[in-house]
Amino acid sequence: MDLTNEDVTDILALLDSLPYDELDLQTPRFRLTLRRTPDGWTQSTDTRGAPTVVDVVPATGPGAAAAVAGASTAAAVAGAAAPAAAAAPAATPSTDPMFHRVGDNRSDVPSGRLGSGTGGSGRTGGVGGSTEVSSEATGPGADGQDAGHGATEVDASLMAVRAPLPGTFYRAPRPGAAPFVEVGSRVGADTVVGIVETMKLFNSVAAGAAGTVAEICLDNAEFTDRGATLLRIRTD
Amino acid sequence: MSPIRRVLIANRGEIAVRVIRTCRRLGIETVLAVSDADADAVPARMADRTIRIGPGGLADTYLSVEAVTAAAAAAGADAIHPGYGFLAENPRLARACEAAGIVFIGPSAEVLEAAGDKLAARAHAVAAGLPVLPGGPAEPADAGALAGRIGYPVLVKAVGGGGGRGLRVVRDAGDLEHAVAVASAEAQAAFGDPRVYLERYVSSARHVEVQLLGDGQNVIHLGDRDCSVQRRYQKLVEEAPAPLLGETLRVSMRVAAVALGLHLKYQGLGTVEFLVDTRRGAFWFLELNARIQVEHPVTEAVTGLDLVAEQIAIAEGRGLRLSQANVGVGGHAIECRVNAEDPAEGFRPSPGTVTSAVFPAGPGIRVDTHIQAGSAVPPQYDSLLAKLVISGADRAQALARLRGALARCQVGGVATTVSMLSMMVDDAEFVAGGVDAGYLGRWLERGGDGAGLERGGDGAGLERGGDGAGLERGGDGGTVAEGGGGGG
Repeated sequence: MDLTNEDVTDILALLDSLPYDELDLQTPRFRLTLRRTPDGWTQSTDTRGAPTVVDVVPATGPGAAAAVAGASTAAAVAGAAAPAAAAAPAATPSTDPMFHRVGDNRSDVPSGRLGSGTGGSGRTGGVGGSTEVSSEATGPGADGQDAGHGATEVDASLMAVRAPLPGTFYRAPRPGAAPFVEVGSRVGADTVVGIVETMKLFNSVAAGAAGTVAEICLDNAEFTDRGATLLRIRTD
Repeated sequence: MSPIRRVLIANRGEIAVRVIRTCRRLGIETVLAVSDADADAVPARMADRTIRIGPGGLADTYLSVEAVTAAAAAAGADAIHPGYGFLAENPRLARACEAAGIVFIGPSAEVLEAAGDKLAARAHAVAAGLPVLPGGPAEPADAGALAGRIGYPVLVKAVGGGGGRGLRVVRDAGDLEHAVAVASAEAQAAFGDPRVYLERYVSSARHVEVQLLGDGQNVIHLGDRDCSVQRRYQKLVEEAPAPLLGETLRVSMRVAAVALGLHLKYQGLGTVEFLVDTRRGAFWFLELNARIQVEHPVTEAVTGLDLVAEQIAIAEGRGLRLSQANVGVGGHAIECRVNAEDPAEGFRPSPGTVTSAVFPAGPGIRVDTHIQAGSAVPPQYDSLLAKLVISGADRAQALARLRGALARCQVGGVATTVSMLSMMVDDAEFVAGGVDAGYLGRWLERGGDGAGLERGGDGAGLERGGDGAGLERGGDGGTVAEGGGGGG
C-alpha cells in the first residue's frame, strides 16, 4: 500500500465535504494520517513493511567488514540521535570500537585520565565551537580532579581538538595531498588541522590554540561522532 | 525495443522513492541498491526488493560502478536507473551497462562525456549556434592575456567540474595567476582533470534552464524552469515557467536548447542551463545536465507529464511518444527544498533522527520525500529531506498555496530550512518574481527580515562543494551538483 499525491488529493476532496477532521488509514504495511488544521490539511505517513532483501551475497561485501561497519553506523546514528549526549562516545572509549585506538595509543597520559578528562570537557563540548581544552583548567567541575594529580601538569597542556559535527574526518585538503599536520607540527590557533565532511559540507577544523600536535586520534577518512577528539595539541 | 521488467535503482533518498512510484505504476519490478546506512530507510521498505551494496563509504557504494553493476547482475535487473548525482552522469557506468547487456536509463556514454567535460560542452554549444560567454581554456602562462580580452571580473572554472563546483571569481589581474594555479591543482585532485577555463563573470544574472527530451533523432523541450534562488550555487527554490522572462527570450532559449539537443543526437532526459540577463535580453549557455534533475517535479506539474516514465520509454527504445505540439505548459509550480540544515547557524548540516514529519496536503500540493517519523538522516549523505511542489492556476495562486503549505510543514528532530523558506516566500522581491542568482545571498545578509539568519556568515568555515574530499565527480545526491551556474 502506498498512496500517491493524487490519491491523497482525491481522499481530501471527499473529506472536505464530510464533518471529519482526521482520517487515519492503516494497513500492515502503511499508515496515512490526514488532519484538518485551520490552515488546511496535513499528512503524515508511516511506511512499515520490512525491506525484502535479495538473497545474494554481493561480491564486494565480506561478512566481517559488514559487521564492523555496521557497528560504526549504529554508533553514528545513536550519536546523532542524541545530540545532548554527543560527547558520550568520547567519554566511554572502551565501549565504542571507533575510539579504541584513542586509548590504546595514549602513552603520554595515564589511562585513568582519558575517560574522566574528556568526559568532563565533553559536557560543554561540541556545541559552540570545534575545539576545547580538556583539562581541569577549563573543564567546569571536571571529574578529572579525582584522577591522579601527578598527571595534572601534563594534561593541563594537552588540548583536545573535537569534531564540530558528526562526519568523515579528513587529514588532508584533498586526496593525495599532504596532511594538514603531523605529530610534532607547530600550530597556531587558526591553523587548520583537518576537515570534517558532514552532508557534503567541508568543515575545516582549527587547532584552537598555539602549540604542537601531540597525537592524531583518527585515520584519514574515518567516521567521527560530534564532539569526539580528533587530535590533541600540546599547548604552549 | 525491449520492455524493461526489473530495474535496479542506484540511488537513495527522495529520488529513489520517486523512481519506485513510477515503476510501480508501470508494472516494473524495483530492486533498490542500498548501503548499510540506508538498509531500513523508507525507499528500502517501498522497493519490491533491496540489494546491499556494502557497508563502506560513498566511493565503495553509491559511487562504485563495480558495486552497482554487480548488484544489477546479481538481482537479475535488465536496467539501471541512476537517479541524479552519484553515478547518474558517469560514462563508465553507461559503458559498463552496455558491456553487461543492461539498459542504462540515461543518455549515451558519448553524450555523458561531452556534457561532463565543460569545455567540450561549450564547444558543442558553439557548434550548435548557442551564445556562450567570452572565454576559453586557460594555461597559467597565457591566462592573463585571455582574461584581459574577456575583461574583469572573470570566473575560473574547472573543466571537469560543474554544478557550481570548482568556481573561482577573479576581480583583479594581479590575482589571476595564483587563482588559475590553485584552481588547477584543486581540479586535478577533485575531478582528476587539471584543466581550467575562463569565462566572463556576470554579476547579476538569472539562472534559467530548459528541459529536453530526446530519442536520438528527435528532440523536444518541456518548457523552462527558473532556479535563481541559490545559496553558494546551490538551488533552494525552483519554479516553472520562469517568471517575467518575456516571450522573445523564452522562445529563443527553448529553440537554442533544442538545437543543442539535436546537435548531440540527445537520447533521454536532459537540461540545458543558461545564464540570463533579462534587462539586456541576452542569455548564454552554461552547462548541459545529462540526468533527471532534483527540480523536475515543477515541470511535471505544469506539463502533466511523468518524466521518469518518459525516461523509461526512451530507454526501452520506444522513441519519443510526444511531439512538441503535444506538450502544453499550463499554470505555475514552485518547488521548495526542505534541507536538514540550520539557517541560523550558517546552514550548518543537521544530521540526526527525524522525530516527526508532518507535511501539507491538499489541492496543488505534492510532497516528494523519503522521510517519516523515525527516519535517520545520516551525516554521510546530502541534506535534502523533502521537496514541496506547489502548483496553481497562476503564480499568485501557487504562492498563496505555498505560504500555507510551508506553515503546515513540521519536521522535528533535525533543524530544517522550513522557517527560512516561509520568510523568504513572503519577501516582496521574491513575490514580485524574476530575482537574480544573487538575491538569496542579499536577502540573508539583510538578516532575512530580521530573523538573524546567516548570522556571522559561516563562522565554522563551512564550504559547500569545496574540494576538501573531492570524492564525488559528478555526484550530488541532491544538492551539490544540482547547483547553479557561474553567475554570482
